[in-house]
Amino acid sequence: MSAEQPDPTAKISVRGLTMAFGSFVVMSDLNFDVREKDIFIIMGGSGCGKSTLLRHMIGLMEPKKGEVFYNGENFTAAEPAERLAFIRRFGVMYQSGALWSSMTLAENIAMPLEEHTDLGHREIMDLARYKLALVGLSGYEDYYPGQVSGGMNKRAGIARALALDPEVMFLDEPGAGLDPLSTQRLDELILRLRDSLGSTFVIVTHELASIFAIANHSVFLDTDIRTQGATGDPKLLRDQSENETVRLFLNRGETPGPTTTP
Amino acid sequence: MVCRPESFRLSPKSLAGMTSRNTETVKPPQAVWKGEGGKMALMLSGDWKLGVTPDITGDESAPWPDSFDTGQLGTFDSTLPAYLLRKLRDTEVENPSLEGLRDDLRGLMELALKVPERSEAKSKADEPHGISRLGMRSSRAWLSLMAFIEFTGETVLSILRFFTGRAGFRARDFWLTVQECGAGALPIVALISFLIGMILAFVGNVQLASFGASLYIADLVGIAMVREMGVMMTAIIMSGRTGAAFAAHIGSMNANQEIDALKTFGFNPFDFLVLPRLFALVLMMPLLTIYSNVIGILGGMLVGAGVGIPPQLFLTEMLTTVDLTQGSLGIIKSVFFGAAISMAGCFHGMRSGSSSAAVGEATTRAVVASITAIIILDSAFAIIFTILDI
Repeated sequence: MSAEQPDPTAKISVRGLTMAFGSFVVMSDLNFDVREKDIFIIMGGSGCGKSTLLRHMIGLMEPKKGEVFYNGENFTAAEPAERLAFIRRFGVMYQSGALWSSMTLAENIAMPLEEHTDLGHREIMDLARYKLALVGLSGYEDYYPGQVSGGMNKRAGIARALALDPEVMFLDEPGAGLDPLSTQRLDELILRLRDSLGSTFVIVTHELASIFAIANHSVFLDTDIRTQGATGDPKLLRDQSENETVRLFLNRGETPGPTTTP
Repeated sequence: MVCRPESFRLSPKSLAGMTSRNTETVKPPQAVWKGEGGKMALMLSGDWKLGVTPDITGDESAPWPDSFDTGQLGTFDSTLPAYLLRKLRDTEVENPSLEGLRDDLRGLMELALKVPERSEAKSKADEPHGISRLGMRSSRAWLSLMAFIEFTGETVLSILRFFTGRAGFRARDFWLTVQECGAGALPIVALISFLIGMILAFVGNVQLASFGASLYIADLVGIAMVREMGVMMTAIIMSGRTGAAFAAHIGSMNANQEIDALKTFGFNPFDFLVLPRLFALVLMMPLLTIYSNVIGILGGMLVGAGVGIPPQLFLTEMLTTVDLTQGSLGIIKSVFFGAAISMAGCFHGMRSGSSSAAVGEATTRAVVASITAIIILDSAFAIIFTILDI
């Protein structure tokens, strides 16, 4: 497979992606595939460009070079109107939740439904209530984002990302700032959604416990070489990666030897 | 480095004075650099404490020491590692030797040196000087102007989209903005307009009374309010009140990634955020201007009554000069002022950075820009109205 051609069987293909702020190159030449029903992790040290990669994948930032493909179709080169068709199949949860602060939690979830479906008000509200229940926020429908805690905002953000039953879910640090039990519940939620809805997940995180619990594929962004350090199943990378930084990262810096097994 | 007046700094002497009361002895900190046989040795001794100036000898242009002697070293706080780190940075040694350092100090130094300094991080912090700074500012100003032209174009496209039914925003957002910038502004507009009307009448009366022509303050107040002061004062109040609120609201939505969220759910943030605000203010400004004119004239009437002009006479006299044409001038201007205020607010909000300081800055810029725009537009209207002879 040449570096420029997408894998037609992959859900998402990233080819030769170079990200830059002006002349400052963050990461260059990223190549990886995400298959359907994958739980794909973007990992790396803080400030290495994980969230930036996510923003490139959903079209909020334009790549300096390279392309992103969905189901073999070129997303990067698509016209704005065509992009909208791609974007409607995404669900995105932002780092801080990014709920619309002038609307209640239920209205936040209802808004994409009102825009993109022909459902009546009652059905939309039922759906919103159900999505909030999924993330453990039953009864908080009429609260405003400013009235609930940061962790709740985050979970409501996931509920909103779920609103349109997306094919691909992008989660930006879903576990950061949550207590261990909530994180565990969140992992369970992600696995269940994958199994029941068949969604593909792309998750930015550096929580090792979550990574090993849910992920089956990943990419590691290495700040030293300014490109991907490794891509593959994190459980395998932990023990077998040829890149020392990757092994150090996945072992909390404790067992740097390439052959050590836990 | 923390700069303090010299008098606040503890000297080893004053410290010695303090310790004479205590039983424990604090030794003055000392660093002695010694070069012997091509090898540099650094002897550290005493108690290194923040605020106590250490006695350093022989460190000018000395290379990084090959060995350390810390046998006489007492207690130390961050002063000592910070001093060593600075020397290290000055001498620019790679893989510095830490031989002979006491274990606790060595541990801290190793920790500080563990992650190498990022050279690109350093170069990023370099600020341009002189000519390049001027160039940078000019190009930034140019880019900002281009961005505003783009914003104006986008506004026009957005309005077109709205009237062809392809742009949508929530009706509730529109009505909330109408309430906020319309009804919500009534008290302050009333207060300011009433006072402005009174001031005009007082000032006019001082001059006109000397000709025995006090009656003409009715014309003065009427014309000044409906042509200039009513719309101008309303616009300035709305810049500070509503334009700033637009910039702060949109700016903090930007900082909180709410605008990104709109985009990824397929909403056009422009249609969704700018249009309702633009429409609301363009609709409310003329109404507020009429209100301001009426209240201002009432203020003038009150002063008139005080100097012996009955309200009925005041009104009749005023209506000889203030006709529908004169009355409409301020209202025509108010539509443009409303558009300028809301566009300046939304423009700076949309361009705001993602920190709380950036939101504050965006708000300031929005107010300054809208007041400037109002004055410039008003001058342009003055010229146009003069040419048209109205």
